Amino acid sequence: MSLNKLDNEINEMNLSFPSRSCNESFARAAIAAFVAQLDPTIDELTDIKTAVSEAVTNCIAHGYQNEIGVIYISTKIMFNGKIIIKIKDKGVGIDDVKQAMEPLFTTGGSERSGLGFAVMQSFMDKVRVSSNKEKGTIVTFEKSIIRSSNRTKNI
Amino acid sequence: MVNSSVVNISTKDDIMTAELLGEIDHHTARSMRESIDAALVVSRPILLNLNFKNVKFMDSSGIGLIMGRFKLVSSLGGKLKVINIPKRFERIIKLSGLGVLGVLEKV
Repeated sequence: MSLNKLDNEINEMNLSFPSRSCNESFARAAIAAFVAQLDPTIDELTDIKTAVSEAVTNCIAHGYQNEIGVIYISTKIMFNGKIIIKIKDKGVGIDDVKQAMEPLFTTGGSERSGLGFAVMQSFMDKVRVSSNKEKGTIVTFEKSIIRSSNRTKNI
Repeated sequence: MVNSSVVNISTKDDIMTAELLGEIDHHTARSMRESIDAALVVSRPILLNLNFKNVKFMDSSGIGLIMGRFKLVSSLGGKLKVINIPKRFERIIKLSGLGVLGVLEKV
């Protein structure tokens, strides 16, 4: 780890679990528990949980649609109060990321709203998606937690 | 446990009310949908109320659940109303454009 990285990153948590839908609630609760050390507001926490839930659902319902695979989540807390969350699967990948991110586009049938990426983009500061056919997809979120004075002192 | 979402369904005078409890995600929406649809097909109510009062969390699966029930109830000749929507879901509902269906109770 470089000195520069040590300067910037103050905590990190890594998680992996099988793509069973019962783990959707586990994933968002685990991330929420980890970022709670930044003392976010209830609204900020709900935004993060909702975005994580959408991304994990995509891994389960699309990435690993015909199999159970492993979902990897890494969460970093940066010194400036920024949270970086990476959610990765090694599933089928997305044909056309631009199209997949359009609101209301879905390959998931009539019960899926096609709003997953729109929700992620609305609730997080930044959303990046990189995907390779047959290799998988990585969704990266960034969100800055509004500081009420020196919250990081507790970490 | 956080994962134990259920739905209480009651019917009176051709009006069915489904009270959703707990968290709505891709996992829990499935059993909620199955319970509601089974009851709908049997009772064919003129009105289905989806009561969100005790929903603690929802992602876009909650929007999908509303849209799907709207389609089914309409095809059976009934109407849908979504009632007691907590304020914290305003943003996701606004984002969804569900307002155009005219099924949302005014907050």
